[in-house]
Amino acid sequence: MKLDDLEKLNEQRVRRLACVTVTELSTGYTRLVLEKDAAKDGLAGSILHALAANKSTMIEIEGAKFFLCVHMPSVCILILGAVHISQALAPMAHLADFDVTIIDPRTAFATSERFPDIKLVTDWPDEALLKLGLDRYTAFVALTHDPKIDDMGLAIALKSECFYIGALGSRKSHAKRQERLHDLGFSGAETDLIRAPVGLNIGAISPAEIAVSILSEIIAALRVERVALKGREGQSLRVADHA
Amino acid sequence: MKTTSDNPLLEAEKWKKSGLGVAMATVVETWGSAPRPLGSNMVIDEVGRFFGSVSGGCVEGDVIAAAMDVIETGQPQMLEFGVAHEMAWRAGLACGGKIAVYVEPII
Repeated sequence: MKLDDLEKLNEQRVRRLACVTVTELSTGYTRLVLEKDAAKDGLAGSILHALAANKSTMIEIEGAKFFLCVHMPSVCILILGAVHISQALAPMAHLADFDVTIIDPRTAFATSERFPDIKLVTDWPDEALLKLGLDRYTAFVALTHDPKIDDMGLAIALKSECFYIGALGSRKSHAKRQERLHDLGFSGAETDLIRAPVGLNIGAISPAEIAVSILSEIIAALRVERVALKGREGQSLRVADHA
Repeated sequence: MKTTSDNPLLEAEKWKKSGLGVAMATVVETWGSAPRPLGSNMVIDEVGRFFGSVSGGCVEGDVIAAAMDVIETGQPQMLEFGVAHEMAWRAGLACGGKIAVYVEPII
């Protein structure tokens, strides 16, 4: 690969855009195709398919082999609430290769002592989410347990492209939350997108265990459910609530 | 320390810009159970430093050796690794899968 292309590829990732490298294996010639140019490429069909499925693939055209390597931006997790669960979730998610940001307007909570090496934003969620953006490679989880903060974030997340929305709270407090969101004009189908009680049901009790269940649910949403959407067999891992 | 699968290509850019010879290895074909999916990258510099992975650690040694050659000659290479034989000297995959790794120079 040419250094030029490598540079462009890395730049695309920073700008949170997908791209594909196409390598002709017999000649070793590699070129870069940006997502926005994919439709007019000579190999458009295969490239668009690889992008949609987020899967690198080998194709053969008239005896020549081409490797299409899909490069997606890193997946972000935006955590609303610099709470005890977040103290476990943020480093775990970071270790699992996610790009983590914690949002909490309460500066007593969002301190670098409590969250060493984690990006902290101390604006209110409306301002913070506007700045950070919620694209299709982003998961959002509301953990403050304070309706005036969580609802504000959820209302923005519900209108965004993000692939996962979770919120802490029992079934009872979630029912109340749904009512409040309905009053704001959200439909039942929309508020059903919120995963609550948050996390896979693994019987988690401690803040760290709940963090594991949330992280697992985010990974399942990213890997299993997205694949299921593409028509392959996948099953929902959600069982019942644990809260 | 975090080992990220996300950063090898950034690392490769940095190394290349600092004037080092760099090769990039990519998993381009898998058969049966393979430890890393298609498109997984590992990058190697001319002194043998490496970042990322193409298997669970079984074949990386061979890939690094090939990368040295690729950096020197500027010619890409296709490497294939199959089922490991317990007593074999060559690297193999204990999981029973088979993978092809394409090693190319950054030019």
